[in-house]
Amino acid sequence: MTDSPRIDTHCPYCALQCAMTIDNGRVSPREFPTNRGGLCQKGWTSAELLTSPARLTTPLVRRDGELRPASWDEALDLVADKLRELREVHGPDSVGVFGGGGLTNEKSYLLGKFARVALGTSQIDYNGRFCMSSAAAAGMKAFGLDRGMPFPVTDLDDAGAILLVGGNPAETMPPFVQHLRNAELIVIDPRRTPTAELATLHLQPAPGTDLALALGLLHTAVADGYLDKQYLADRTTGFDDAWRIAATWWPERVERVTGVPVADQRAAVRILAEARNAYILTGRGTEQHASGADTVSAWINLALALGLPGTKGSGYGCLTGQGNGQGGREHGQKADQLPGYRKIDDPAARGHIMDVWGVDDLPGPGRSAYELLDALGQPGGPKALLVFGSNVIVSAPRSNHVADRLKALDLLVVADLVLSETAAVADVVLPITQWAEESGTMTNLEGRVLLRQVAVEPPEGVRSDLDVMQGLATRLGQPAERFPTEPEVVFEELRRASAGGLADYSGVTYERLRQGEALHWPVVEESTPRTFLDRFAHPDGLARFVPVEHRGPAEAPDADYPLQATTGRVLQHYQSGAQTRLVRELNQAEPEAYVEVHPDTAVRAGLGDGRLAAVVSRRGRTVARVRCVPSMRIDVVFLPFHYAGEGRANLLTNPALDPTSRMPEFKVCAVRLESV
Amino acid sequence: MRNVVIVGYGMAGARLADEIRRRDPKAERVAVTVLGDESHPAYNRVLLSSVVAGSLTPEAVRLHEPDWAARHHVDLRLGGSVTKIDRTRRVVHVDDDEVPYDSLVLATGARSWVPPTDGLLDGNGDLASGVVAFRSLDDCARIVAKASPGTPVAVLGGGLLGLEAARGLAGRGCLVTVVHPVGHLMERQLDPGAGRVLATTLQGLGIEFRLGVLATGYTPGEGLELNDGTHVPADLVVVSAGVRAETGLAEQAGIDVDRGVLVDDALRSSDPRVHAIGDCAQHVGTVSGLVQPAWEQAAVLADRLTGAAPAARYAGTTVVTRLKARDVDLAALGDVHADVDSVDDEVLCFQDPARGRYAKLVLRGDKVTGAIVLGAPDAAAAITQLFDRGLPAPTDRLALLLGRALPAENEASPADLPASAVVCRCNTVSKGQLVSAWRGGATTVSAIAEVTRASTGCGGCKDAVCGIVDWLAASQPLSA
Repeated sequence: MTDSPRIDTHCPYCALQCAMTIDNGRVSPREFPTNRGGLCQKGWTSAELLTSPARLTTPLVRRDGELRPASWDEALDLVADKLRELREVHGPDSVGVFGGGGLTNEKSYLLGKFARVALGTSQIDYNGRFCMSSAAAAGMKAFGLDRGMPFPVTDLDDAGAILLVGGNPAETMPPFVQHLRNAELIVIDPRRTPTAELATLHLQPAPGTDLALALGLLHTAVADGYLDKQYLADRTTGFDDAWRIAATWWPERVERVTGVPVADQRAAVRILAEARNAYILTGRGTEQHASGADTVSAWINLALALGLPGTKGSGYGCLTGQGNGQGGREHGQKADQLPGYRKIDDPAARGHIMDVWGVDDLPGPGRSAYELLDALGQPGGPKALLVFGSNVIVSAPRSNHVADRLKALDLLVVADLVLSETAAVADVVLPITQWAEESGTMTNLEGRVLLRQVAVEPPEGVRSDLDVMQGLATRLGQPAERFPTEPEVVFEELRRASAGGLADYSGVTYERLRQGEALHWPVVEESTPRTFLDRFAHPDGLARFVPVEHRGPAEAPDADYPLQATTGRVLQHYQSGAQTRLVRELNQAEPEAYVEVHPDTAVRAGLGDGRLAAVVSRRGRTVARVRCVPSMRIDVVFLPFHYAGEGRANLLTNPALDPTSRMPEFKVCAVRLESV
Repeated sequence: MRNVVIVGYGMAGARLADEIRRRDPKAERVAVTVLGDESHPAYNRVLLSSVVAGSLTPEAVRLHEPDWAARHHVDLRLGGSVTKIDRTRRVVHVDDDEVPYDSLVLATGARSWVPPTDGLLDGNGDLASGVVAFRSLDDCARIVAKASPGTPVAVLGGGLLGLEAARGLAGRGCLVTVVHPVGHLMERQLDPGAGRVLATTLQGLGIEFRLGVLATGYTPGEGLELNDGTHVPADLVVVSAGVRAETGLAEQAGIDVDRGVLVDDALRSSDPRVHAIGDCAQHVGTVSGLVQPAWEQAAVLADRLTGAAPAARYAGTTVVTRLKARDVDLAALGDVHADVDSVDDEVLCFQDPARGRYAKLVLRGDKVTGAIVLGAPDAAAAITQLFDRGLPAPTDRLALLLGRALPAENEASPADLPASAVVCRCNTVSKGQLVSAWRGGATTVSAIAEVTRASTGCGGCKDAVCGIVDWLAASQPLSA
């Protein structure tokens, strides 16, 4: 790495995309509306990976059971030959692609094109399915458009009240908390998280009962006279059907199911409704369920009943998780989607994209993320998988099974910057550039497109994901110009492809971004910081109430598995931890898997604070160190999901899928505790 | 296709139709006919106290939209009265019509019981002028029509529903007196101590009580005469003295009836083609009169009638009584009759009548077997969860009575914090690191931030860092 001048960029991790400056390979925070000059420990230490000895700098190819260094040509030739052979023998769907929500817009876009054009496969999905899919599905249903926050983050500064459901930004995106300071904050979380500690009111429902709670708050909003009837008449449709269900969720019934006291339900609604302006925000805690999409619909119904969405100074939003969790879900790495947030089964959308790509045909929709992983090596399922920007062996549910499926492949290719747990079991590993070594755009949690620019030279031997796609595409007979390697060139094509779609980037240019313009999509010419002030995106301009009913967790506790496990994050680690576990300072602070347990529950299992415990579900067994936490519910344990090997929380999790979003039920499963 | 005929379009009958259609949405397995004697759509009886209180409109408590039956392939016939069940021919008579069935479900509910007070009934056996039962949506309309502010109202019956009505009427500004024949309120669910605290709480909301007395006579326009010789003025008398299961049709058809239609775990009556659910059914000695058992029975019966789960069984319902009255937080569950010095049970009791709080908790082998919780909302919710889920109670019983473990006080002064205490969470900076940085010459908040990054994340610890800097400056002044 050679010294470079000061370059303004953004953090490699979460969707807040904190602004930072890189100067001689050192990071310092930068004033920006989202992070206001703040950085958490992950951001401060993010440059360490640029020079980490764990960095991959040469392709690896498995020979005689070992991953051994190989040249780029050897590696790419091998992969292309195998892919060609599989396609000829088994058809194009015998090859799958798995993307990630950390990839830039350019990479997400080109990956979708690579899969559908160069490979001709329908089998592409990405780890954003595990993040944003429930909120996205509910947002589309209600508003006709899914932009996580349809208003700038800074609007929250002036909120009178904020209801935050299933989110813990004090740990997951700490500088964001600055925007919650002025509001009366209500936090809904089964755990007393650091974010809950900041709240005026903390509601602590049993895991998997959020939907009942949301229905109950809607009931109370009506019974306590807070329904915004004018707004309902002017801007929404479908209230009556939604109410018929909410009417059966009177507060005392809700209390019995959720454990949230009636008085607190009333207080929450009163605070929200009597504030001069208010927001409802959701996070993964309420979304990562087999009823996740309906649960978000129920929160949106509450927001609509109070007249919040599309009203200046109020609204509904979800807190996007991954760095490009927003842009990553718009440009075609999702099984059912084409660029510009178009639907792959919409003939007009297909026609437009075929024109832009200069092709005559496109595959249809493919399997969702978990279904794709579950099908690997099975009859009719993919026999090869290319993984970009994801570490599925740690991050997917029921991870033992996922590891078995990966083993059953004829070919597993992983492009990563370090030897992640998934890369370690691959047949071919391709070393790639990382954030500060390449340029590209990211779309942050408020739908603002940000430009990251090259700040340091990449180490010798690595290539960008775009290079990898071109290298493989040309070997598979595609013209090189169809798969450009220059990010700005890819972005120019993305602009055309997205034009006219819901997520229209046609007016965004690198030049405008370099000049510091705040561009929130859709951007035909002007930025759209607030999407719904005049109308919602359905043809009639109205928002939809969606009638939803509580279902409860897919797996109820029983005598063998009497506890409920829920999973989440710690401040020091990001996602599967493949990167942050390699940063000395972060790993020192949180070095190993742990399980939070009520002290009584620990004692009953013969455990104590600091002891190693086995947490066991029907799907697997995780070993973690016990932390006794008196504020935990007596029947709930919590595990962070950033750790590898036998510390993987996802060894336990339940792959029951939401019928609409195909989101797995990460946030609740039945377990028991054992001593080790 | 099998014909299921449901007699009764109340909470149980409507729920059963919903549950059947959830399992058989397109009517491919069973045809459903619902016979209702009222002319308007089914409504949610649980919410009638909210209608009386004025927080919900009658329209809002309807269970179904007017087009529900058409949308869900249900043959809904309203306003007719079922006169007879012919079990040999398997038909029910609705006025002059016959409706054939393969399976018949009685969901006929219950009717108000009117105490034998002189004058409550007129010459025709109907309720006298100024007297209204508290049972149906029409009753609510009659009550609300008379309940203008300042109106004297007597409520006959200090059970759950009577108190909910009384609370709603007091909220409307009526002058409410509850007349109850037993010495304390809600005697089926509460012990005398809890009953007393509840009465005090409700008195604070403007409700008066006449306990342990019987109403002997009623005079329209005057009010009630009591058996202690006193008089309660009332322009309106609301009768809420209990209900009786509506079992006439079953009895007439020769089906076994006790206090309700007797049913087994499959919700079958003595005729296996005839079922009963809800307030009219008696399962293992219990006629519930509550909605939750009715809904659970509806789910089980739908499983069986549609074949979705032919082996489904109803095993009874754990009842938790929760008073639905604004500003009164009362939960009662299980058996609460154990004494504090009981040998077999662990009994906790907390009384604070001055603040309207009363809690009694009965445990056996660490499990909650009974509880009364009044005026402690968090505890009510937490104890109900332990009871419903069969969870062991936390060893910290005091915290349980408070409802949740309270977070440790975080007000320690900088001097008292251990060196390992994390002050800045965003950057994992401990007090020890701050002290070292200060000793190393970083003596201002910004200098300390430069060295340790403390306060550079969300900024929430700035005051704490400031406090430590001040404390260090005060305790160890820099030498001149």
